[in-house]
Amino acid sequence: MTRTMAPGVVEGYLKVAPTVTRDGDAVTIDANGVYYKQLNEAVRQAIDAGAATVRIENVNGQRYIGTGVKASGVRIEVHGTAGNDMAMFMDGPEIEVFGNAQDGVGNTMNAGRVVVHGDAGDVLGYGMRGGRVYVKGDVGYRVGIHMKAYENLVPIMVCGGKARDFFGEYMAGGMLVLLGMNTQFAEQPLVGGFTGAGMHGGVIYLRGSVEPWQCGKEVGIFQATEEDMAELTPILADYAEAMGMDIEQILAEPFTKLAPFSHRPYGKLYAPM
Amino acid sequence: MPTSLIQPEFRVKIDYDKCHKCGRCVQQCGWGVYDFNERPIPDDSKCRACHRCVTFCPAHCITIEKNTLAYRDNDNWSADARKAVWRQAETGGVLLTSMGNPKPYQRVFDHLVLDACQVTNPSIDPLREPMELRTYLGRKPDSVEVEPDGKGGFKLAEGAGLANNIKLDTPIIFSPMSYGSVSLNVHKSLAMAAERLGTLMNTGEGGLHEDLYPYQDHVIVQVASGRFGVNPDYLNRGAAMEIKIGQGAKPGIGGHLPGEKINKEVSGTRMIPQGTDAISPAPHHDIYSIEDLRQLIYSLKEASGYKPVGVKIAAVHNVAAIASGIVRAGADYVYLDGFKGGTGAAPQVIRDHIGIPIEVAIAAVDQRLRDEGIRNQASIIAAGSIRSSADLAKAIALGADVCAIGSAALMALGCHLCQSCHTGSCSWGITTQKPELTRRIDPEWGAERLVNLVHAWSHELQEILGALGVNAVESLRGSRERLRSIGLDEQMNRVLGVKPAGL
Ligand code: SF4
Ligand code: SF4
Ligand code: SF4
Repeated sequence: MTRTMAPGVVEGYLKVAPTVTRDGDAVTIDANGVYYKQLNEAVRQAIDAGAATVRIENVNGQRYIGTGVKASGVRIEVHGTAGNDMAMFMDGPEIEVFGNAQDGVGNTMNAGRVVVHGDAGDVLGYGMRGGRVYVKGDVGYRVGIHMKAYENLVPIMVCGGKARDFFGEYMAGGMLVLLGMNTQFAEQPLVGGFTGAGMHGGVIYLRGSVEPWQCGKEVGIFQATEEDMAELTPILADYAEAMGMDIEQILAEPFTKLAPFSHRPYGKLYAPM
Repeated sequence: MPTSLIQPEFRVKIDYDKCHKCGRCVQQCGWGVYDFNERPIPDDSKCRACHRCVTFCPAHCITIEKNTLAYRDNDNWSADARKAVWRQAETGGVLLTSMGNPKPYQRVFDHLVLDACQVTNPSIDPLREPMELRTYLGRKPDSVEVEPDGKGGFKLAEGAGLANNIKLDTPIIFSPMSYGSVSLNVHKSLAMAAERLGTLMNTGEGGLHEDLYPYQDHVIVQVASGRFGVNPDYLNRGAAMEIKIGQGAKPGIGGHLPGEKINKEVSGTRMIPQGTDAISPAPHHDIYSIEDLRQLIYSLKEASGYKPVGVKIAAVHNVAAIASGIVRAGADYVYLDGFKGGTGAAPQVIRDHIGIPIEVAIAAVDQRLRDEGIRNQASIIAAGSIRSSADLAKAIALGADVCAIGSAALMALGCHLCQSCHTGSCSWGITTQKPELTRRIDPEWGAERLVNLVHAWSHELQEILGALGVNAVESLRGSRERLRSIGLDEQMNRVLGVKPAGL
């Protein structure tokens, strides 16, 4: 086992270089007191040098972990609380967070997998185009906004707790799932208002039911059919395994499906001159 | 009842005595105006006065006239206003139009005049003396660090000075126009011209087609609210990244490329399925504050190895304060788009009534950034109807570093300002995806015309600088003392920081 300090210019908030420990193709980085710029530099250097696992310890809100990283077969472990825009633009790696995550997880993400063993904040998966985001607990506002799909890129996000307003707003593709199980807000509704407002593609599954007032006028509310469940179950099974949950218990409640009426909700709004 | 109360805006007149009956007009018109039955028979109601047929008629026998008699005179209820009411009564829709605001608002540029040297401080002859147009786009350091050069002198320290600035050979760049709103051949023309000119084109929000990869060092890649085509690869290819918040022609509203325009190629570049509407939400949903903007700026820097990031906004009432926030959020340049800027499609009511003139915005932002001592931290790009090298020089004197041209660039490619881009049937092959129309622009021809235009303006700018007795465009920037106004009121003079002629 060798112990080295990450090279490079150290500037910014706290002038602390992360301690980097290498063990074969596993690298451990101590993020305690390290500014995000130096931390992410060290993460990218480790990946460029061929690390298969990057374990980041003492994470305390550092932003942009895994942001813009394009790599396959790479696993990043985050111990602590991940900061904003984790896995933004990410293309390939897997990130597992042992703790909570803040806003913007999987923002405009292309491919890869993010597993958060805790709660997460607002605007998760904004404009996400592929890959998976699994959150164990509750999520905030504007989650899954404008998720989209393209050819074999189909983004999937599963949130185990409850969500606030604008869930799946403008959604253009992919799948957004909300379970309402691992929640700190027992008294709150499963999901807030304006769910799926402006939605024109993709599908939302909710474990339980919603009232029409909670949904945008562009979506239809349906009982999930057997066919729907056949599509959903393998994803839930994967989620259950990642979270150490019981798939039977997840499937014990009926699911509601939200789907857009039209792929072109605003097609008739305009009168060309 | 008639199907529509709207009478044709134009009359297509053919002098059949001269007509060769060759049918070329039929084939050239993108809007299907002509039928052919032994001779061409036009349907006036479809004509958009794009002059394609006129230009290509070998007999020069087509005239497009204004249909002057169609509306009874009324200064208050203009023909346009009546037409709009009828169209809305027919459809119930939001009127959609394109290109820039055509309303007769005061054109501030036309009330500004430049100075020249006489007797004292002699003018410079740009033909024989060096005249520097080179411009650096990006954040300039607060102070310059130097280190010994080992020969008893000093040199700029490593990483100091203009590191992370983009070098432009002329202060003219091409404004963002997305592939989807314009054709791929237009994008190629712009990219090839940008490379030859040592300047930049801008993808707009439609992604970067792989045919443009060879020119990527001359491309700004845009990140708009729809995030179309945005992935790590895209961000890493661009010379700079630009967060699009707003556009001068449609401040505060999003973009909407109708499904009809999303063909296979456009869908691949935008990374969305064919035939679905490409909707750019009005706001970026991850930007609700200056702090959020900073977060996005730095996420782009993180994802790209710290390349320059600019922010494009529409010029609106509070533009100075907003620009200050943008600079403080870490932007390397602020792109101001005035209310006369063009668009591929915008609601008419927005295009014609929202935003402020670019001249005012440049002056207000430049002054604010100077007052706050942060002018060096970002470049200012100005756009929104820069029609000539005179507008360019005046914009720079008011405080811009660089001007971006969109409408003028399209005009170089044949655009006749018919304001019909939103129909997707541009006869000139510019704002269309129909293969029989897009092939009308040969990128090599287009690039040459764009290069000619920018060269011409650059030479004219050198002439202006020579007359002003300065030998570098940087010496003109923000030099409002070299401007005077004619016919502007006192308040406007104060906002512009310009004295009236005679003082
Ligand atoms: S729309 Fe253009 S090409 Fe067609 S008839 Fe009118 S001027 Fe000619
Ligand atoms: S292009 Fe001119 S000459 Fe040919 S058919 Fe049309 S009007 Fe006649
Ligand atoms: S680009 Fe084409 S459609 Fe648009 S104004 Fe110019 S000529 Fe008309």
